[in-house]
Amino acid sequence: MAEEKFVNAVRLDKEKCMGCTNCIKRCPTGAIRVRNGKAKITKSYCIDCGECIRICEHHAKIATYDPISSMDDYEYKVALPAPALYGQYNNLEDTNILLTALKYMGFDDVYEVGAAAEIVSQMSREFVSTHRDKWPLISTACPSVTRLIRIRFPNLISHLLPLEAPVELAATLARRKALVMSGLPSEKIGIFFISPCPAKVSACRSPLGITKCDVDKVLAIKDVYPILLPLMKKAALNPDDLASAGRIGLGWGQSGGEAGGLLTDSYLAADGIENVIDVLEDLEDQKLTNLKFIELNACRGGCVGGVLTVENPYVARVKLKRLNRYLPVAVTHGIPVDAGYWTREIKYEPVFNLGSNLRESMQMMFKVELLEKQFPGTDCGSCGAPSCRALAEDIVRGVAKKTDCIYVLRKYIQRISGEMHDMSENPNAEYLDDDPEE
Amino acid sequence: MNDSIELTYEVSGDDFTRAGEASSDCKQKLKRLGVPPDVIRKVAIAMYEGEINMVIHANGGKIKVTISMDEITMELADRGPGIPDIEKALRPGYSTAPEDVRSLGFGAGMGLPNMKKYTDDIHITTELGVGTTVTMKVKL
Repeated sequence: MAEEKFVNAVRLDKEKCMGCTNCIKRCPTGAIRVRNGKAKITKSYCIDCGECIRICEHHAKIATYDPISSMDDYEYKVALPAPALYGQYNNLEDTNILLTALKYMGFDDVYEVGAAAEIVSQMSREFVSTHRDKWPLISTACPSVTRLIRIRFPNLISHLLPLEAPVELAATLARRKALVMSGLPSEKIGIFFISPCPAKVSACRSPLGITKCDVDKVLAIKDVYPILLPLMKKAALNPDDLASAGRIGLGWGQSGGEAGGLLTDSYLAADGIENVIDVLEDLEDQKLTNLKFIELNACRGGCVGGVLTVENPYVARVKLKRLNRYLPVAVTHGIPVDAGYWTREIKYEPVFNLGSNLRESMQMMFKVELLEKQFPGTDCGSCGAPSCRALAEDIVRGVAKKTDCIYVLRKYIQRISGEMHDMSENPNAEYLDDDPEE
Repeated sequence: MNDSIELTYEVSGDDFTRAGEASSDCKQKLKRLGVPPDVIRKVAIAMYEGEINMVIHANGGKIKVTISMDEITMELADRGPGIPDIEKALRPGYSTAPEDVRSLGFGAGMGLPNMKKYTDDIHITTELGVGTTVTMKVKL
């Protein structure tokens, strides 16, 4: 089967979609149009940032992830809790309580993503210090950011840190351990990532930089959260000693945490997709110099701000901070691993190109410029495109028409109704055939 | 048919919050056209430097970008004080930027040198008290 280049984890509930303009306006890549009264996502533009899910007040945008019942599909199940999960609970003072509760929930073993994160931090330190020519290296832990760079920032691809995200490394190591512990064949082992965001779903199904991700199913933090609450009360009485992640590992759950693990102050950390885009633009224009590392998270606050979380990201950060007070700096480190590096290159995908070659694109842009001048410039969104410019591009690409603009349509109706009036007064006059699309 | 596209921008003087708007818009359009990434990089860097110069030294001006099949031409015209010594101005590190501008992180004396470095051709015409026009070309 041919590999799908663009996989998304956001879909539409058609029944709930009102065809309003909220999501088309909010999408940072201009991937959404309203057509026939329903929102439609252009797959190749979508980076799974979740902004449309956040803004849709009708809850018509749905994140794709796996149901809790998918645990029944495997004989031996391993939970991979994301650091963001730890920030959801009040007064959690011992991570072992949470990890033990995961076992009560039905998992045979737990492999903390934070533990793998500490290994990735260690690998990052080494890679950054030995690749001066690639400074500043850009974090690749947030799949939305990597996907954004792939379609919009060709000049920055060579700066991407070619390491697996902690969840990917965690899955590989967890599977190896599970094979030994269970003695079962690989297909009977289920590796479950408990995720703060849908972008990780796409990243697991269609990873970049590596050929296969060892995660089998992705569960949502918001689904797991209520199940764990009562189990944690029980676990608190006599928690197992399972913790293998320290402050550096769990720090990855929030913006600045990954950079903090590099033990350098020559970094920049930005969060929130619009801020991320601003930083990437500046980076591309070489406005940021003398930095070793750039950490970027599509969600405000970092992973704790993911759309599959329960707690307000800023409150979750405080909770993580409080929990971190009791943890050692790092627990899983100094371990040499033969995994974790990218095995294939990321290629620029010029999805926004107008034409198939420069000449064609120039002619199309010429038409776009002419068309744009005919629209009112109000960017009202009534046509289903986020701006007048976007409508002009859609028309030139052949996917929209001029009368989608209500201003153009109104003018046209005014003109033909005037002509009809004239015609009724003077039935013998000749009228030009007048197509508004010309 | 149309073998070239012209983009024009007004650059307002003394407004650092808007400096870079023109080069940013131009960059987006070059990407839409499918211009090779390394060419976009050169144009974006050179044009941004020029735009900043117009804001710092010349109280703004006009930028005209012409994209043709074989090259991209940027013409930056201002009605500023003019450049007394072009040779000096092209020397890396030479700067006449005032202190308040330097405190913002600009005025390192790399403006014109970078514009020269990142383009295939640069031509400067200047007249003291009248203005400066910098024309830069990047080959496709």
